[in-house]
Amino acid sequence: MTVSSSGALSFAEELRARLRLKWLILRTATEERLVYRADFAFSTLVRFLPIVTQIFLWSAIFQNDTVRTMKGYNFGQMVSYFLLVMMARAFSSMPGLATGIATSIADGSIRKYLIQPVDMLDHLFWHRVAHKLVYYVIAAGPFALVFWLCRAHLPGWPAWPVTVAFVASLLMSFAVGFLIESLIGLIAFWFLEVSSLIFIYMMLSYFLSGHMIPLELLSQWIPFVDYLPFKYLAYTPAAIMLGKIPAEHLPMELVVQAAWIVALLIINRIAFNRGVRRYSSFGG
Amino acid sequence: MAAIEVRELCREYKVFRKREGLMASVRGLFHREHTIVSAVRNVSFTIEEGEMVAFLGPNGAGKTTTLKLLSGLVVPSSGTATVLGHVPWKREDAYRRRFSLVTGQKEQLWWDLPAQESFRLHKEIYRIPAEDYRRRLDELTDLLEVRRLMSQPVRELSLGERMRMELIAALLHRPDVLFLDEPTIGLDVVSQRRVQEFLRHYQREQHITVILTSHYMKDVEALCERAIVINKGIVIHDGPLAAIIDRFSRHKIIELQFSDNGCPDGLERFGRIIETRPPRVRIQVEKQRVSECLATILAENSVDDISVVERPLEDVIAELFSSDDAARAAK
Repeated sequence: MTVSSSGALSFAEELRARLRLKWLILRTATEERLVYRADFAFSTLVRFLPIVTQIFLWSAIFQNDTVRTMKGYNFGQMVSYFLLVMMARAFSSMPGLATGIATSIADGSIRKYLIQPVDMLDHLFWHRVAHKLVYYVIAAGPFALVFWLCRAHLPGWPAWPVTVAFVASLLMSFAVGFLIESLIGLIAFWFLEVSSLIFIYMMLSYFLSGHMIPLELLSQWIPFVDYLPFKYLAYTPAAIMLGKIPAEHLPMELVVQAAWIVALLIINRIAFNRGVRRYSSFGG
Repeated sequence: MAAIEVRELCREYKVFRKREGLMASVRGLFHREHTIVSAVRNVSFTIEEGEMVAFLGPNGAGKTTTLKLLSGLVVPSSGTATVLGHVPWKREDAYRRRFSLVTGQKEQLWWDLPAQESFRLHKEIYRIPAEDYRRRLDELTDLLEVRRLMSQPVRELSLGERMRMELIAALLHRPDVLFLDEPTIGLDVVSQRRVQEFLRHYQREQHITVILTSHYMKDVEALCERAIVINKGIVIHDGPLAAIIDRFSRHKIIELQFSDNGCPDGLERFGRIIETRPPRVRIQVEKQRVSECLATILAENSVDDISVVERPLEDVIAELFSSDDAARAAK
């Protein structure tokens, strides 16, 4: 690394230095995750239990009637929906992120991000990417098994643009999940205790993301559900894959999802800066 | 050249108050009472490059708040400060790469991983060239005698070992300014001494500027020549450490060894008897009465050995801080 006389790096060097830091955070966080591999593997397996109960529940509701539909979903599609939602949640759920941020604000360990030349959100983001990568390695087998067991209900592969849109939406759902949870964690700058807020968010997101039931079944009671970012956490990727969103609407759907990411990122930045200012004026 | 310049720095906090009882709690839902507490009041000082200065004061005196102000964690209510030409609370990366704050809370290392992983991350965070990193890490691990612990998860290290690792993490990027907030808190005597010796050696070698706060006067005496004493947010002394005793101690200690194996009665009239181990006695005597007391004792008794010593710094500081109006004492 060459440093100019002013101590500043050229643009390319600056970029390289930043990428190297992200890579190292990712690597270190992966190593950290692997320390608790047994616990992690067990909790990963336990997470597959709800899908089994969901399938039993819906088979009871449909009473094995393969013709009957509910807001456009037949039994097979319903099963597929919940499998895909499970997959989307594997990207968008962020266990412990909000609580972790809130705790670091409350106990002062957030200080290290203020003292060191490092960006907290960036640091946590790459930390979380590592967390997810380890999760996918461990969960790949169980995921494949569940999909294989339910293969009779699954529709065939859609056209490739739909698959691409699905993957894009899935990846973006990670960013949406991260940004919503980090924002909730940052609220701890203003309120000391945010655990009940996190609980409320969990409940709301369970409904509003389509995790509990497809949003088509919900929208008659909550008409504004389509205008909230929560649907990207579970519903949207699944709906894309099942062809519930017409192909011509897909680009717009993805653009809106990307716009939500930008908006949430901006709100996160503002919340962090204001929060730190408040923190600094309350005693650090 | 001045590394740290602080001018009339003030920091006030709003502290919410809650009266006792259920009704007060209910009232508190609608109207919260608060008081303004001054943690730091008109603090000014200058620290030259390469100086090692002790920051002394009782709990709540404003030491940590001052360090937080200088590390950019806290914004002042009024006043100015520059460290290495930077305003700390702007938190510019250019400044953050040039200082370190080490607290007794030890929070820089990844708990579940060996310390070397955290150090590697620091290398990237602070953009330390590979060659410098290797050399510094080598040097620091040798000086602090932790080479064999480098691959052990941090959570398995003892408190003293962890503190030494924290110091490495704080010094890898070779900061020009180091803030040490109670670095030896909770350490045993051996670890304390090791950290002390390291700090003394390192500061002399690297000529870095250090502010140290500690409740262990042994740390302070071993490391610093200059002390800034702060109480209730006000600087009450800024000068040589030794001058604290001259300035604030109203007593000296007379150590006597009598010729016969006993101790005479009535020594209490000279001052407070600190220790009696016949034929030796230690008496704390008011400074201005020392010569008068000595004359009387020598006239009345047969004495083998006699010496007059200063009180330990720790006692003087304790007395200073326990007096209700330490600020007035300074005047």
